[in-house]
Amino acid sequence: MIAEAGLAALWLGAALCALQLIAAAFAVRGQAELAAIVRPVAVAQAVLTAAAFAILIWLFVRVDLSVKLVFENDHSEKPLLYRFAATWGNHEGSMLMWVTILGVAGAAVALFERKLEARTLWATLGGQAAIALGFYAFLLFASNPFDRLDPAPLEGQGLNPLLQDPGLAFHPPTLYCGYVGLSVAFSFAIGALVTRDVGPAFARAMRPWVLGAWIFLTLGITAGSYWAYYELGWGGWWFWDPVENASLMPWLAATALLHSVTVLATRDGLRAWTLMLAVIAFSMSMVGTFLVRSGILTSVHAFAVDPRRGSFLLVLLFLYIGGALALFGARVGTVREGARFDPVSREAGLVANNLLLSAILGIVLVGTLYPLIVEAVSGTKLSVGPPYFNAAAGPLALILVAVMGAAPLLRWRRDNLRLLLRRIAPAAIAAFIALVAVKLAAPTIRILPWLGLALAAGLALASVAPLWRRNLLRTPLFVWGMVVAHFGIAVSLAGMACDSSFTVEKLVAARVGETIAVGPYQVRFAGVDPTFGANWQALEATLEARRGDGDALILQPQARFYWAPPTETSESAIHTAIDGQLYTVLGKATGDGRWQLRLWWKPFVTLIWAGGALIAIGGTLALIGRVWRGRTRRQEAFYE
Amino acid sequence: MKPKTQRLALALLAVAAIVAAALLALSALKDQAAYFYTPSDVAKVHLEPGAAVRLGGMVEKGSIKRLPDGVTITFVVTDGGASVPVRFSGIVPALFREGSGVVADGKFDAAGQFVAATILAKHDERYVPPQVAGAMHKSESLRK
Repeated sequence: MIAEAGLAALWLGAALCALQLIAAAFAVRGQAELAAIVRPVAVAQAVLTAAAFAILIWLFVRVDLSVKLVFENDHSEKPLLYRFAATWGNHEGSMLMWVTILGVAGAAVALFERKLEARTLWATLGGQAAIALGFYAFLLFASNPFDRLDPAPLEGQGLNPLLQDPGLAFHPPTLYCGYVGLSVAFSFAIGALVTRDVGPAFARAMRPWVLGAWIFLTLGITAGSYWAYYELGWGGWWFWDPVENASLMPWLAATALLHSVTVLATRDGLRAWTLMLAVIAFSMSMVGTFLVRSGILTSVHAFAVDPRRGSFLLVLLFLYIGGALALFGARVGTVREGARFDPVSREAGLVANNLLLSAILGIVLVGTLYPLIVEAVSGTKLSVGPPYFNAAAGPLALILVAVMGAAPLLRWRRDNLRLLLRRIAPAAIAAFIALVAVKLAAPTIRILPWLGLALAAGLALASVAPLWRRNLLRTPLFVWGMVVAHFGIAVSLAGMACDSSFTVEKLVAARVGETIAVGPYQVRFAGVDPTFGANWQALEATLEARRGDGDALILQPQARFYWAPPTETSESAIHTAIDGQLYTVLGKATGDGRWQLRLWWKPFVTLIWAGGALIAIGGTLALIGRVWRGRTRRQEAFYE
Repeated sequence: MKPKTQRLALALLAVAAIVAAALLALSALKDQAAYFYTPSDVAKVHLEPGAAVRLGGMVEKGSIKRLPDGVTITFVVTDGGASVPVRFSGIVPALFREGSGVVADGKFDAAGQFVAATILAKHDERYVPPQVAGAMHKSESLRK
């Protein structure tokens, strides 16, 4: 009964969504009677999808096996947290989450957006409804999460054990908030194109929404990277897997958008380009959804292969991206280009940022789609991996870092190259010293990490330079946000370079009692014992790691066996020190009394994710700063 | 600069950046894409030692040998027609065993042995990449 209520809520939500689209269309044409219902309908639609999603969560937590989806992905022996998170650990549930966030994002715009001109707002909500309608159709006709099974089975099939991790409760929802949050930017662009209202006021209204989605995207990617790092037991934190690229591409586009929307808000420049980027950013989200959910790629992220779903998503993709680009093509001629600027100016720096980010986005897109296209055309199978992405995107990313150091030190509109050089000199000197010092300390270092470390040192200094000789207490919060986010990039870059150059790996077959040296640690292999959990049993090694004369740390990596579904996984054990991580994995018995052990010492690897967190914190500071300033401005305007 | 010239300069710059990125991407793709081969494909074409290769097939029965260091194994990948000797250092996946499907990423050394950097074994049906599943299916039907 309760599953049927969920399905009914979804149908009702879809109907309201259609109503929202129609009412918005009439409102934009000047029908005042229908204009009043656009906002309430957007909110009601969000409440209904959220209710459907809550019902699905309830079914999973209660393990209602009469629902097909619950039977296929849930198990009564699983701990509560994983029954809860299993709701989106499958195709249908994750698509329902997608639509729910889409609805909630639209409702948030309807409730909180006060800066946008009324007609543009209606057009924006109409755009949001148009996107939602297609995905409602996808849910209801091709991915119904509430299908029943009759008779109900006695036990569920369980969840892929790789997903049985607290990461499942955090990573997908955050990433989806970012992915789908970008739909708001897309709808804003549609709204602006429909009403031809593109200018600083529009940009100031759009900016917090872009920032919000971007913060979630940053957090989601950072969390996903750390999850893959500790769960897969391969010691890597980014594999250039197509599914990872699917999350990176919207982030690159959103980062570019974030910077171009600032040019539009401050200097009324880059009007058409900003709209284009808003369209591209969410298009990348949809491309990512298509890649992951269509079944053409299979990984831990892709759940079931059903060709009908792939074609359905592909049709939606062409419809929305094609439609938006057609609207852009038809209307962009009427968007007057804004103010101009000098080649040496803040604007020019931000244009360079946008070009480089777009180029990196292109490289990642080509590398991700190339194998699919080649296989579709010629049947040749190939894979494109880290060597391509590092060689092609790495150099551009380093140039981008250099631009990132310089651009915030430039003045808007026009500046003097000599003055810029004087402002950037301390950072350039720091980078140069780091360049020499790193080469002396590690003569064999490869070129990309070498330059990476030098640029990280330079950027760390350059990123805080905008605070130089400023009253820190009166510095606006969004300037702090930029400083913290850019500093976060330097921190993350340093972590990546250290990990790729200075990691020490030991792969051994050891007898109990043996001691293995890895990095600064002496690791004694104390034994292997059986152990068990709620739905698994395991072999657990005990390792005693000593650094110098310090106390022994105990690390217990496991080789786990899950029985529903029957799967073996490896659970790494990691010790985090101030200057890096000791990462241990238990392998197999060799048959002659020895056990395979894989140990890594990864200096400063944690900086990668600490940097990611700093970037998100910077974004949050900027968001608070912008919203705060917007509010106080409106209050001042009210009292004047 | 007039707005028009400025826009033109910007557009040219953008085009130049995109062309440069495309060239970079294409040259990297040419060198770095790992093509998928079965042992029969390997026998037909000449592969340069050091080129990135993805090799797929079955682990031949009785071919897995463990070297004295305890972490290196050698085995033979076959598809019924031809076979390729493989060496791998590391922890093999749980479902890696003789007679089962395997996909190895790596390169050939000068002696014609395939040095695998990573090994994927046939896992739960639901989590195998389709092209890999296709190749494994082909080699499994060959075995029968």
